[in-house]
Amino acid sequence: MTKIKWPVEPQRPAFARALVALGNTHKDVVVASADVSTSTMTGVFAKHFPERHYNFGIAEQNMISACAGLATTGKVVYASTFAIFGTGRVYDQIRQSVCYPRLNVKLVVTHAGITVGGDGATHQMIEDIALMRALPNMTVIVPADAPETEKAVLAAADHEGPVYIRLGRANVPVCTTSEECQDFEIGKATTMREGSDVTLVGTGIMVAKCIEAAEELEKHNVSARVINLSTIKPLDKRTLIKAARETGAIVTAEEHSVVTGMGAAVALVLAENAHVPMKRVGIPDSFGESGSSDELMQKYGLTVDDIVDGAHDVLKRKK
Amino acid sequence: MTARDKNSELFTRQYTGREAMVEHYSDEKIKELETTARLIRRHIIQMIFDAGSGHPGGSLSATDVMVALYFDIMEHNPDDIKWPDRDRFVLSKGHAAPALYACLAETGYFPVEELKTLRLIGSRLQGHPDMRKTPGVEASTGSEGQGLSMGLGMALAGKLDNKEYITYVMVGDGELNCGQCWEAAMSAAFFKADNLVAIVDRNKLQLDGPTNQIMSIEPLADKWKAFGWDVIEINGHSFPELLDALHKAKETKGIPTVIIADTVKGKGVSFMEGQVGFHGKCPSEEEYNQAMAELGGI
Ligand SMILES: Cc1ncc(C[n+]2csc(CCOP(=O)(O)OP(=O)(O)O)c2C)c(N)n1
Ligand SMILES: [Mg+2]
Repeated sequence: MTKIKWPVEPQRPAFARALVALGNTHKDVVVASADVSTSTMTGVFAKHFPERHYNFGIAEQNMISACAGLATTGKVVYASTFAIFGTGRVYDQIRQSVCYPRLNVKLVVTHAGITVGGDGATHQMIEDIALMRALPNMTVIVPADAPETEKAVLAAADHEGPVYIRLGRANVPVCTTSEECQDFEIGKATTMREGSDVTLVGTGIMVAKCIEAAEELEKHNVSARVINLSTIKPLDKRTLIKAARETGAIVTAEEHSVVTGMGAAVALVLAENAHVPMKRVGIPDSFGESGSSDELMQKYGLTVDDIVDGAHDVLKRKK
Repeated sequence: MTARDKNSELFTRQYTGREAMVEHYSDEKIKELETTARLIRRHIIQMIFDAGSGHPGGSLSATDVMVALYFDIMEHNPDDIKWPDRDRFVLSKGHAAPALYACLAETGYFPVEELKTLRLIGSRLQGHPDMRKTPGVEASTGSEGQGLSMGLGMALAGKLDNKEYITYVMVGDGELNCGQCWEAAMSAAFFKADNLVAIVDRNKLQLDGPTNQIMSIEPLADKWKAFGWDVIEINGHSFPELLDALHKAKETKGIPTVIIADTVKGKGVSFMEGQVGFHGKCPSEEEYNQAMAELGGI
């Protein structure tokens, strides 16, 4: 199997770069951390703008509601912690303090998904997309790589209302360097590769794997379209429906539980608008475990082969 | 002249220091506030009776504190609700919304007539406060435990922007069961948020029963002191004590202040006073009539 030689880059330094840039351009930007600023890299912003950074300690509930309070005064507040502590632990605070009053709090979480690795299931947040996309007024973004992370973090500042941005811990292949990826827009999916037999819809670190899968499929004379669905809410329905109609089969791929993640969101749109054979590649309905990122991706069905298999499966079901 | 100074003219007082306080407030002024409080309590009963549901007990216990704030202590301007320098009030125990709405209406944020629409479909007056729907409401609350954190955020923004406004947060005593309140308490002292004032509506009842039987919060003053707050304990139905404490809280530098206001749940309506049953119960027609009669001396 061909492997694309991607340059790799972690998303967190890109997040930090974007925050510092915002610190300079947006005087209303403030940043909140919860004793993991070294890991989320909001500590970089704190070094540049100490008076505009608040470390709330291990008190995430207080952090989220205090960010809401800050936002009522016109501040654009970036709150950051690990995905596991920044979503489930504080769901009610996000719901009541931030989303209901539609406040300008940007929740940028890191260490999302199973690729956290060794820390095990207690630290592997694989249902956060489900939680966040259930919330009215919330925008949910899962950047594909470091450059897209930077763009998403910057775009969030000028977006009115709550935003959730999901980042990983590990190195991520840089796959959004091409022309069509340059104009990042919240709510707009990017077609990374044209194709007519099947569409591979990826989000986050699975986008690069979708591109690799498309190359693999090409060897079997299958023309696969690849869509980077970095905004999961609001969904770019037009692009998805068009892809379903034009290619007649859809495979989704996400580093998240398949139960209620991106694939589920796409399935609902297609069920109502363009009913085509579909396969969701993602983590089955289970918790994760300790292991290396690669081992876990293998074990929980998140490889290029899983996407390729998924494509063959939907092609078979396509009449 | 700053906007703040201009606004102060609307609410002129010549406060000259804590000692002078009790003397400065004339008997007539205190009487006036007491009369206003009775009016607010009548609104509360009327609103809940009209709506057919709501929380009379905690609204009535909180009334005097809110009257002191909205009708005297706070600098706010109903004609300019987004005035950046305004003092803020966060009703963390959001179920006392009727008391807040009555104060907002009577200070001019919206027509008193509108109080009739509490909890009705399409109304701006939601069952729990909604900062997007109701003019003058500073924070959306209802899930207990979050308001002190929100107030802290407002206070931190005030510090950052070198503003003089004070953020007042009213919390319930049952609400203090919530861990988040103590996260907020810890961090407010750490951040030296002396522009944050918490007021505990210490009515000694929560939903299921007395706080000392459901989940005791004592020793309460010691807890706040241990968290680094200045603590003032007062009778929460005495205007001289309330005004005195609120002025002192404003002056305190370096640490946040908590006022533990000893109150009576259901205050002002004899058969509701101290009765846990009226935490979230609408009065019957007979009870409504009696309550209004008792509060009638306006
Ligand atoms: C997090 C949360 N849990 C439960 C409730 C339901 N509830 C509403 S009021 C209340 C009791 C409140 O007691 P207290 O804070 O003392 O208020 P007060 O006595 O002033 O009415 C409860 C449990 C809630 N609103 N929020
Ligand atoms: Mg109580």
